Amino acid sequence: MEFFERFAIPHPSPAIYASMVAIVLVSIGIVAGLTYFKKWGYLWREWLTTVDHKKIGIMYLVSALLMLFRGGADAIMMRAQLSAPDMKLLDAQHYNEIFTTHGVVMIIFMAMPFIFAFMNLIVPLQIGARDVAFPRLNALSFWLFFAGAMLFNISFVIGGSPDAGWTSYFPLAGNDFSESVGTNYYMLAIQISGIGSLMTGINMCTTILKMRAPGMTLMKMPMFTWSAFIANVIIVFAFPVLTVALIMGTTDRLFATNFFTTSNGGMDMLWANFFWIWGHPEVYILILPAFGLYSEIISTFSRRNLYGYSSMVWSMVLISLLSFLVWTHHFFTMGQGALTNSIFSITTMAIAVPTGVKIFNWLFTMWKGKIRFTVPMLYSIGFIPLFTIGGVTGVMLAMSAADYQYHNTMFLVAHFHNTIIPGVVFAMLAGLTFYWPKFFGFMLNEKIGKVTFWLLTVGFVLAFFPMYITGLDGQARRMYTYSEATGFGALNMLSFVGAALMAIGFVTIVYNVYYSFKNSSRDIGSDPWDARSLEWATHTPVPEYNFARTPQISSSETFWDSKKNGHVLFKGEIEEIHMPNNSGVPFVMGIIFFIAGFSFIFALWVPAVIGLIGIFICMAMRSFEKDHGRHISVKEIKETEEKLGGAK
Amino acid sequence: MIKKWTLLTSMMALVFVLAGCEPLLVLDPKGPQAERQANDIILSIGIMSIIVVVVMAILVFILFKYRASNLPDDYEPPHIHGNKWVEIVCVGVPILIVAYLSFVSVKSNYIVESTPEGYENQEPLVIYASSSDWKWHFSYPEEGIETVNYLYIPTDRPIEFKLYSYGPITSFWIPQLGGQKYAMSDMVTTLHLAADEAGEYMGRNANFSGKGFAENTFNVTAMPQADFNDWIEEVYQTAEPITESQFEELLEPGHLGQMTFTGTHLEFSPAPEHAHNEVSDEDNNESHEHSNHENHTEDETDHSGH
Repeated sequence: MEFFERFAIPHPSPAIYASMVAIVLVSIGIVAGLTYFKKWGYLWREWLTTVDHKKIGIMYLVSALLMLFRGGADAIMMRAQLSAPDMKLLDAQHYNEIFTTHGVVMIIFMAMPFIFAFMNLIVPLQIGARDVAFPRLNALSFWLFFAGAMLFNISFVIGGSPDAGWTSYFPLAGNDFSESVGTNYYMLAIQISGIGSLMTGINMCTTILKMRAPGMTLMKMPMFTWSAFIANVIIVFAFPVLTVALIMGTTDRLFATNFFTTSNGGMDMLWANFFWIWGHPEVYILILPAFGLYSEIISTFSRRNLYGYSSMVWSMVLISLLSFLVWTHHFFTMGQGALTNSIFSITTMAIAVPTGVKIFNWLFTMWKGKIRFTVPMLYSIGFIPLFTIGGVTGVMLAMSAADYQYHNTMFLVAHFHNTIIPGVVFAMLAGLTFYWPKFFGFMLNEKIGKVTFWLLTVGFVLAFFPMYITGLDGQARRMYTYSEATGFGALNMLSFVGAALMAIGFVTIVYNVYYSFKNSSRDIGSDPWDARSLEWATHTPVPEYNFARTPQISSSETFWDSKKNGHVLFKGEIEEIHMPNNSGVPFVMGIIFFIAGFSFIFALWVPAVIGLIGIFICMAMRSFEKDHGRHISVKEIKETEEKLGGAK
Repeated sequence: MIKKWTLLTSMMALVFVLAGCEPLLVLDPKGPQAERQANDIILSIGIMSIIVVVVMAILVFILFKYRASNLPDDYEPPHIHGNKWVEIVCVGVPILIVAYLSFVSVKSNYIVESTPEGYENQEPLVIYASSSDWKWHFSYPEEGIETVNYLYIPTDRPIEFKLYSYGPITSFWIPQLGGQKYAMSDMVTTLHLAADEAGEYMGRNANFSGKGFAENTFNVTAMPQADFNDWIEEVYQTAEPITESQFEELLEPGHLGQMTFTGTHLEFSPAPEHAHNEVSDEDNNESHEHSNHENHTEDETDHSGH
């Protein structure tokens, strides 16, 4: 009996039982649907075994959107619980689990796959490559992310979710104070998807350094590719720290190693240091690709080249260096003294300078331009003032003496949502709308898109600006309830209204996809926005091999030059193209990682060890495999090109 | 100067109006440390609002002037790479602002980490504040008394809090007297505060510490030294001494009301001031002093061994 007790949820509620039923019903529905429509073969051939960067990008995109709704459901429950004093909607335990999973899901399982989706979809096209450097590794990265995400998501119905906050500070996250398996889920699920992220980092760096089309020097790379490159360099340096910290945390919980406990020589703040040495660069991993997307969108819809290209690049390089020098600002209040706090206060504020340069460069890109207010552009315009407010409150927080008053309050919560929502989420939605026609062959409806934008913007302001005030009034973050006497009620109700507007906004995105799928014209050509960079130079939908002939690059806006200044992009004859073969191994490895991770979480050693052996067998098989890929013949390419609207 | 202060006052007014006319706790300081922090906050809100307003003004101007519907159909935007002067301004001005704020920040760091201004000549009152799930224990080693979940302090006297924890990391915070600091189970941190005015203040744990975190609060009452002395006397007459077994019971997770004892738990359960290395006492005191960058140099064993 004890065996099964471990899988029981420690704090069940009707909402959780309802979700269990829903999960089972949806799973049965999916299996039945696939069988009825005979789509198993299609699913396996076209998606589960694919190594095509575009399809992997789309899978990342779909997963990210699903996780956005999961994390959003958590958010709306939190705001509802806090909307009035002494609310009884959730109890303390449930609330703690919800803000923990909200943080983890939004950062690790929503924002990360969202940026990986755009890196996969766009980077190879922007640099004129056929695929990423290691296509099969790329598929493995995705399936590891997916295994981690699914593992994390079953936590609330099997064994209980983590409840120590997304930062999971020890000793609270240790066995003494977090007795359920929740924190094991945290450690293993993030570990598995983190390995995937690290591999993507290596893969993308290699791709960008080695696979650029002839003529594309580093300083001729489009801005999104630059931002992706720098983000991936940060990934390569930051994620190993997370991997090691999570291993140490896992062994603390499973094997009583005492790295972070407060007895037997453990140090609790060591975890905080490790966590933020990864965690602070992580926020730049998320924001830099977003900056890249904004650069592409603002210059496209201002019909102008990006102002200050080289200062944009140098500011990103500087941000990437500084991102590793600021982690201590997350615990100014740890008591390390005035000298240490002063140093980290200054390095943190210094990031404002390169970030400011970028803001001004976007402003001057619009200057003397011809601005079209399309949906992607609206997000980019809304981003500038909102992100500026988020940025300057960051400078305020960086003043460490004053931070003693902001730390752990709603002021901080307001600040980081003020950077991450207009910064990352808006950028992803802008990118989604911008690149949708390239990958799905139809435009999203502009009218519904504008409604979404306004709902999200107004909702965002209502939801988060009141928190600056309640924070200064003494409302600590992560409090599941407060009394009438505190006077936080009215402002928190305002936040709830804002959150509800945002929720409606996100639902309109789904409606927009459905509406546009049914009604939008499929006759949009390959360049519906009159864009400037190379990804728009190929057909829509993009053929498997991206470009029939390798493009010749002359500037960072080589496609624009080919349209306006007579630059010839594609020269020479069509030749045979070498492409990688599909493989089921990455998908299988994802499943094995999932099983092994689950077994470790519940300390089921036999399947855990079998799973680990299985992983090594898959790796060994790969090293003995002779797979040299395949060639697409000239005839086949010509046929495809003709079908897609004539050879370019 | 007049302009700056008009702006600051109007900013403050705006914040107060938004908050329903009651002054926000952090911006309503009752002690020198909190006052310094409130001044820094108001100053930075002022400077930062100017930046936001400038960016918004430029944005609105550009959007208005260069919107496609406002321009002739044949208008083709020019190709502009950059401009040396524009870039000097865009880099230079932020550097100046950040440099000025860094200067203020560094100065404030040293101020909030030392005995409050105006109280340098006085002997500080030392209070050990330790947290357990989900309570606060306050030990007054010099007075030989201990309270749970409430704090009496004399006004116009520097207070030196020694913070540590019997469980997860917590953060000791009395917004109107000064900013917070962590209490951890393997080291002692020091927080310097002082109250200028008598009154009741809200204190709480600000760092998430599990299920009972939301209710992890305590009341602070500041009173003149004479009243404080009377209170000590009263405690001696009415309260029971604290025993080791009773203290162990108090440490059990859960919420408690306010309690008062004579004696302190430091006698049988000392603060983790010497936890990290097991050398002689003098060495430990020294390394502890250095690691905390404290300005005062009194011997701590005096208090803990009282």
